[in-house]
Amino acid sequence: MKYLDEYRDPDLARALLAELRRVTTRPWTLMEVCGGQTHTIVRQGIDELLPGGIRMIHGPGCPVCVTPLEVLDQAMTIAQRPEVILTSFGDMLRVPGSHTDLLALRARGADVRVVYSPMDAVALARSHPDRQVVFLAVGFETTAPANAMAVRHAATLGLTNFSVLVSHVLVPPAMTAVLRAPTCRVQGFLAAGHVCAVMGWTEYEPIAAEHRVPIVVTGFEPLDLLEGILMAVRQLETGSYRVENQYARAVRREGNTAAQDAVRSVFRITDRSWRGIGAIPASGLTLTDAYAAFDAGRRFDVGSIVVREHPDCIAGGILTGDRVPTDCHAYGTACTPRTPLGAPMVSAEGTCAAYYSAGRRRAPAPGDPS
Amino acid sequence: MCLGIPGRLTGIEEQDGLRVGTVDFGGVRKQVCLAYTPQAGVGDYVIVHVGFAISVVDATEAQRTLAVLRAMGDVLEQELGP
Repeated sequence: MKYLDEYRDPDLARALLAELRRVTTRPWTLMEVCGGQTHTIVRQGIDELLPGGIRMIHGPGCPVCVTPLEVLDQAMTIAQRPEVILTSFGDMLRVPGSHTDLLALRARGADVRVVYSPMDAVALARSHPDRQVVFLAVGFETTAPANAMAVRHAATLGLTNFSVLVSHVLVPPAMTAVLRAPTCRVQGFLAAGHVCAVMGWTEYEPIAAEHRVPIVVTGFEPLDLLEGILMAVRQLETGSYRVENQYARAVRREGNTAAQDAVRSVFRITDRSWRGIGAIPASGLTLTDAYAAFDAGRRFDVGSIVVREHPDCIAGGILTGDRVPTDCHAYGTACTPRTPLGAPMVSAEGTCAAYYSAGRRRAPAPGDPS
Repeated sequence: MCLGIPGRLTGIEEQDGLRVGTVDFGGVRKQVCLAYTPQAGVGDYVIVHVGFAISVVDATEAQRTLAVLRAMGDVLEQELGP
């Protein structure tokens, strides 16, 4: 497909790798923030082709993985109500909550449906006026404009049977949290191209300057990632720390202002808890008071749920880049994409699932059954 | 979920006050909301995320990047020899 196949050309990838080898004089550690980029890097084995010493750390950029357990448990409580049709994206259905997952609830009779777009959930509410349609609205800045438009459209249509359970997260506060962690080894970032298609990159400029890290807005194809890595390494090798845009075919500095306006009209910034990481100040979006009538959390009163994480899961260490999946005792044994213990094994954007589908195996520890 | 996919806009219409387009993803066609890409016209490539076009692909920029990479490949081959 146009602008897809061209960015997968192996000859050009070899040229980029040769250039990267030429400019690299010492080890550098970069973090790709986005789970989509993690998927490409691991699947294509890009991290294993890089010159010695260049290390990629996989960041917290999988919306499925970082949605708090509390929100999932709330969604499952709401889904069990007989009047409710609970809708979400397909990969949310298999994420384990404290006790079960949405797919298992569906098997037991709950009306849980996969939608491609939040607008499909609005259409469902229109065609089922006798039911309550709830959309589990998660995701980063890329998804927020779609959810904002769904809420605005439902308001325009006068729907009283549509609501959203919102758990949006924002990338720049997460990057700052990673950089402020005492164990941080990240020296440069590949910023998520599609987040920046919406938000632009002005928010990244103070982060690059304050923490002295290059930040390269990067696309998702193999050539995009190799060029993004090369641009970040060139900056590190020359001691410069600014925001650069590798993904110029899709991203402009100011981003998509129409989408930003819609998000601002429906959501406001709030503190948010990230699964596996914990609370990050001002790192999420919630509905403004003007749209509070569309808040499923209020409509169904699910504020007092006590959550329980699986004790064997090391998702927190994975999401902050401190650990890799093959460090985990449960990886590939008790925890697989068919039986995930934690969120990073569920979505194709999750680091554990990316490792698993690429066939990366855990080195047997002493005492492991052979 | 977070992935955006490029596709070609093949038609535009109005539905319930929203601008909606048909986008062809290499043979698979889907209806897409164009509220955030008012500049997109039939024939343009757009990046689509959860049913919304979030960006129009700049064909000139796409070709320019590829041209730079191809030139780099040639330069490297010349420098590194056969």
